[in-house]
Amino acid sequence: MTVALSGQELAKRIEEKFPGSIEESSRDSLVVKAGSLLDVAAHLKDAEGLKFDYLNYVTAVDYFSYFEVVYQVTSLEHNQTVIFKTRCHDRENPTVPSVTGLWQGADFQEREIYDLMGITFEGHPNLKRILLWDGFPGHPLRKDFQP
Amino acid sequence: MEVGSDREYIYKSSELDRHEGQIIEELKASAGESIPDPDAWLDEEVRRNIVLTSLDTVVNWSRRSSLWTAICFPACCAFELIAAEGPRFDLSRFGMEILRASPRQADLMITAGTLTWKMAPVVRRIYDQMAEPKWVIAMGACGISGGIFRSSYNVVPGYNKIIPVDVYVPGCPPRPEALIYGIQMLQKKIAREHPIPDPPRLLQKGKQA
Repeated sequence: MTVALSGQELAKRIEEKFPGSIEESSRDSLVVKAGSLLDVAAHLKDAEGLKFDYLNYVTAVDYFSYFEVVYQVTSLEHNQTVIFKTRCHDRENPTVPSVTGLWQGADFQEREIYDLMGITFEGHPNLKRILLWDGFPGHPLRKDFQP
Repeated sequence: MEVGSDREYIYKSSELDRHEGQIIEELKASAGESIPDPDAWLDEEVRRNIVLTSLDTVVNWSRRSSLWTAICFPACCAFELIAAEGPRFDLSRFGMEILRASPRQADLMITAGTLTWKMAPVVRRIYDQMAEPKWVIAMGACGISGGIFRSSYNVVPGYNKIIPVDVYVPGCPPRPEALIYGIQMLQKKIAREHPIPDPPRLLQKGKQA
């Protein structure tokens, strides 16, 4: 069975390597600051003892005052998994760096989030709508969406 | 050689050729006059089987007895359709078990499932590609009105928004019996069409105009 890593313990290790990169952490997950997301993600993927080489999913949540993008990654080598998140407080033009360079599987899921939640992923190679058509008004999974 | 066995064993190809030649020669020698075709019964049977009917009826009969369905099943109602096609419900009893991958060869569209606006142009295109005459059965709540997804931002509220529908089969999903009943209703509908122009009626229409 895959072991879920404690967010707090992992946050401590990351904080040593990248000081000030962690916003908060709990038993289940850790919240990374958007500015250092790519550094932390690359570290999670490549560092010895972590090796999170498989991206389970990318998804996003609308909490009204901010958006949260959620990533779950698994290490097939060490059989362990962790959830990390990042927050985005700008509602008009939310932007998060893209992790497609690290995990190819993020491509379509980031496009889906862009389509339905309206979050822009910087550095994505082909960021356009995937489920809805070009010209659809608004982003339907936002809490304030009115059809 | 075994006792009682009269089978010849041939080991050389020259011997095989000689054997084949022998068989052909025998068959050729026995072939004399042409054998008469077994058609002695035809005359009497044909006389017994002449039925007088209208051309309309014949055309309608042939059309409704071989409704071929275009493969266009966007969602879950397709599984009930597959069940109807299968051995338990056996749709082929009614002459319409064949699903056509090419809309050019189909004359029936069974709209089995929810249609999103993203998919709608594709369905419209399949319908446009089907040759006349063609019919549409709206299968299931989503096909009729959008069903539980009616108020969604990307679901077409009923196929009749984009293509004309002949028969509506309600249910979520409809059971195979319901679908078969719907197809039979369509057959009854087709049976009442007038595919052949009727000169007196045409004249009357001309007078009215």
